[in-house]
Amino acid sequence: MRNILAIIEREMRAYFSSPIAYVVLTIFVFLSGVFFRTILAQVMQMGLISQMQAQQFGPRPMDMPGMISRGFLSTMSVILLFMIPMITMGLFSEEKKRGTIELLLTAPLTDLQVVIGKFFAAGTFFLILLVSTWVPMSVLYFYGSPASGPILTAYLGLLLYGLSIIAIGVFISTLTENQIISAVLSFGVIMLLWLVDVMASQAESTSKEVLTYLSILSHLDDFTKGVLATSHIVFYLSLMLVALFLTYRSIDSLRWRG
Amino acid sequence: MISVENLTKRYAAKTAIENVSFKVNSGEILGFLGPNGAGKTTTMRIIVGYMPASEGSVRVDGFEVFDNPLDVRRRIGYLPENPPLYLEMTVTGYLRFVAKIKGVPKERLDSEVTRVMERVSVSDVKERIIGKLSKGYKQRVGLAQALINDPPVLILDEPTIGLDPKQIHEVRELIKELAGKHTVVLSTHILPEVEQTCHRVIIIDRGKIIAVDTPQNLRFQLQGVERVHMEVDGPVADVISKLKATPGVMDVHKLTESDGRCRLQIEGQLRKDIRSELARTVVQSGWGLLELQSATMSLEDIFLKLTTAEEEGKVGT
Repeated sequence: MRNILAIIEREMRAYFSSPIAYVVLTIFVFLSGVFFRTILAQVMQMGLISQMQAQQFGPRPMDMPGMISRGFLSTMSVILLFMIPMITMGLFSEEKKRGTIELLLTAPLTDLQVVIGKFFAAGTFFLILLVSTWVPMSVLYFYGSPASGPILTAYLGLLLYGLSIIAIGVFISTLTENQIISAVLSFGVIMLLWLVDVMASQAESTSKEVLTYLSILSHLDDFTKGVLATSHIVFYLSLMLVALFLTYRSIDSLRWRG
Repeated sequence: MISVENLTKRYAAKTAIENVSFKVNSGEILGFLGPNGAGKTTTMRIIVGYMPASEGSVRVDGFEVFDNPLDVRRRIGYLPENPPLYLEMTVTGYLRFVAKIKGVPKERLDSEVTRVMERVSVSDVKERIIGKLSKGYKQRVGLAQALINDPPVLILDEPTIGLDPKQIHEVRELIKELAGKHTVVLSTHILPEVEQTCHRVIIIDRGKIIAVDTPQNLRFQLQGVERVHMEVDGPVADVISKLKATPGVMDVHKLTESDGRCRLQIEGQLRKDIRSELARTVVQSGWGLLELQSATMSLEDIFLKLTTAEEEGKVGT
């Protein structure tokens, strides 16, 4: 446990002693602010329209804070798609390039501890990103009273979604010594898991079901609606475990190949 | 302390080392000598448990490296050829990290880091960023990293590579001081290094051990092909043919010739002193013996000899 914490701590220091952490954080906070503002404006406009309609057809209830948070948090999933490869790209590739991997793999650590340490290090940074979205989100609580249930499930969904993308990124960073290749490759793979959704809409029957299930994004929908379904949680957890297992095997093969 | 048996490492395309066996005694400094690509790094990486062997076994302090990798790694301090440094960290921060992953207890963390920094004299740069340090300091920080938690075995891959002469001297002195308390295996392709620091030498070439001995014995062994330089005043052709006929002499080469004098190099049989025989031959023939000298071979010669001999063998087969 102490070993894992030491790896996480070192990795966090590395993030914040390079420009990557600051660039990612700045861009993420900026973009989430812009998106929040845009979504807020859209929902307000819809509110005005529905107010006018209410004069003709009678009042209809409208959950404006809910619409805002739902729109905002699902947009986050898109921004994270671009940000997470930046967090994971260097985890192993940089160690391979600098030769520090030899230190980790000859220290009295198990490979599993190394993998988990790296995964949680990126996970911790990702948590910081998630927490930063509370700045715009708090506006909702300040001026309105959104239902907290769907917001909490949406965050749980984003957490699981983010961690499974991170696991994929961690795996890919073991494959190359080059950070850029690692980032681009991760981005490509995640994008593919994303586009499965589009393919699903064109497919039929069984293949449609399979493709929909594989889509990394479709599983997020229910979370943002406030639905907590086991199948979605299982999907993200299994994706995460498969990617981490592949990472573990990849390190083993690294040892054999030298 | 370390026992290596029939170690073989095969990659897809080539065999890096083949049937390597040796033992290292407690407190000894063993030198691993060989040209680049001879298999030194591979052997060391297998010993420290970085990579598994295709065949054979390595035991460190009784623990098999493949079966009990963590027990072995706890007993080894390893300095790879490129010191594994996180360039963005400070020296203290880095060594604290290494101490943590090597399982140094929390209460001893600071004292252990201070101890190794003093041991390799890097205390004066302890708050500096490693990436900004000179090559010599980086190497010493790498060495400090290997010394953390006071492991009984030190495996040092080319510890003096890329250092200036003064730094090389310092590192060698440090290694010598470490012997006794630690068992040291170091690799190098620089011969004086082995002569100066090691108790025993293993010469390895193309993945095979070709000699194991003390530096002194190795030198003696090859001196067995007794090489003598002579300067003789007399008819050159006669001198050469007469000397060739002398018992114990295998070959005679002419080095230089002027004014009826010649310098010769004579190669005699293994471990046989032919100098008195040669002197007698020359004197009995009535020529002038101007100089007679045993040509001691440096380890460098031995090394060159050994590897060239191997090459010739390969060509022959």
